[in-house]
Amino acid sequence: MGETVVELRDVSKVYPPTTRGGSPVVAIDSVDLEVEAGDVYGIIGYSGAGKSTLVRLINALERSTAGSIVVHGQEIAGLPERNLRSMRLGIGMIFQQFNLLNSRTVAGNIAYPLEVAGRSKEERRERVEELLQFVGLADKAKAYPDQLSGGQKQRVGIARALATSPDILLADEATSALDPETTHEVLALLQRVNREFGVTIIVITHEMDVIQTIATKVAVMDRGRVIERGDVFDVFSNPQTAAAARFVGTVVKGVPNEHELAVLRERHPGRIVTLSFRDTEVDQAAVFAEFTREGVGFQVIYGGINEIQGRPFGHLTLALTADATSVDAALARVRTLTTVTEAR
Amino acid sequence: MDALIGLQSQFWTATVETLYIVALALVFGGLGGLLVGLGLYLSRPGHILENRPVFLVLNVLVNFVRPIPFIIFIAAAQPLARIVVGTGIGNPAAIFAISVAASFGIGRIVEQNLMTVTPGVIEAARSVGAGPWRIIVTVLLPEALGPLILGYTFVFVALVDMATVAGYIGGGGLGNFALVYGYRQFNPVVTWAAVLLIIVLVQLVQFLGNWLARKAFRR
Repeated sequence: MGETVVELRDVSKVYPPTTRGGSPVVAIDSVDLEVEAGDVYGIIGYSGAGKSTLVRLINALERSTAGSIVVHGQEIAGLPERNLRSMRLGIGMIFQQFNLLNSRTVAGNIAYPLEVAGRSKEERRERVEELLQFVGLADKAKAYPDQLSGGQKQRVGIARALATSPDILLADEATSALDPETTHEVLALLQRVNREFGVTIIVITHEMDVIQTIATKVAVMDRGRVIERGDVFDVFSNPQTAAAARFVGTVVKGVPNEHELAVLRERHPGRIVTLSFRDTEVDQAAVFAEFTREGVGFQVIYGGINEIQGRPFGHLTLALTADATSVDAALARVRTLTTVTEAR
Repeated sequence: MDALIGLQSQFWTATVETLYIVALALVFGGLGGLLVGLGLYLSRPGHILENRPVFLVLNVLVNFVRPIPFIIFIAAAQPLARIVVGTGIGNPAAIFAISVAASFGIGRIVEQNLMTVTPGVIEAARSVGAGPWRIIVTVLLPEALGPLILGYTFVFVALVDMATVAGYIGGGGLGNFALVYGYRQFNPVVTWAAVLLIIVLVQLVQFLGNWLARKAFRR
């Protein structure tokens, strides 16, 4: 349990009506969020769910209309713009479109926050050198952004965001404009930022595999509200809301959907059940032994086992072949071991 | 042709006068236009110094001044010129009128060029704690430099065009030369010589502008 570095309490952001007589637009609706030092906190949701606005409330690029936002122990809601500037030096931010200055070289871009912070030329040179090494672009110091690939641009973005050694990094869809391979490079770099420098990272994304790869905690947003939150493992293995389940479904091949089930049923006339395995608390061998003991034949027809943060979980769907009493007996025993859902 | 040879000294004097008028108008009108353009851009709703009243006033002002035909504007601006530059006639008054009219025209061009800067870059600067003044100097102007140079090159041509009207209120320049020695004396060769020189002048400046813009774009 680290100390809380970002704390949102009952925060709302309401835009005035866009048309005369229209109703106000609620972008963020009474959100509570607590991010502890060292977290990689994922915020996931469909576009328009309010993720981008939420993350911008944390460095006050967007101002809240209600509630309290405490960053590094300082209340920032209602602070005038000029008082926010020093606070922003402690929060780095990277963007989907990288947002590099095209008129400056790679080194010039990384030096920018240091100039704003009033560091000396010598300090700037040293720090830029260090960061170029860290992100692996030492040979690109004099290149201009339009000479770089997307992945390289984002690495410059990361170096720039880290220039003033902030302990919070906000990542706004940082990998959404990148191909899968480059995405993994950038995620690996972010993970190093978190582990080597202890930087708390808040990642917003609509890609569940980003959360799966680097996040330790996750909040699911829908229509301006946080509808579910918790350890990534808990949300993945046991989503409580339909929206969370849909996101989890994009990366976890687990439970067959209606259409898939109909196809399976055609092929397997017997009873079909789905077993959930969570962590190492369920012994698969023991479960299967129960079926065998009752003389129930089974066939795995759908499913998958995933691993999140080194902990396995997943679902297996079985087609059972035996008389009803044997199946009922077997299922009764299996239910004591794990969660069973019978497809109807 | 003989007439033109005889008018050589007047011709060169007129050329220098045109360059003088255009250069000063480019400095004053250029600065004025930069301020008007920045004002429009910054005060626009959703921008970093959002200010609805300022934006509306500037916007109306620009739309009000821009459509006035310059030949009418230069005459209409005479009373104001008397107050500001002390005379309603001659080159000073012409330079004044051109600068004022150009400020509003250039303002619109500057505003449009600044709009080409992606808002995300400004957001990135804000996210590291840069204030409005720093964003103008280190982000907005450098990022829009290429389009701005092309915009000002375009403006130069418009200023040469305006400067030819200077003769109307007693100013000099190639426009006046063509009118007095060419048109009114039924000597088209003289008029054509003025036209030719203006074309050469504009071409030279256009080349220079393109070259500078290419350097700014770094492509």
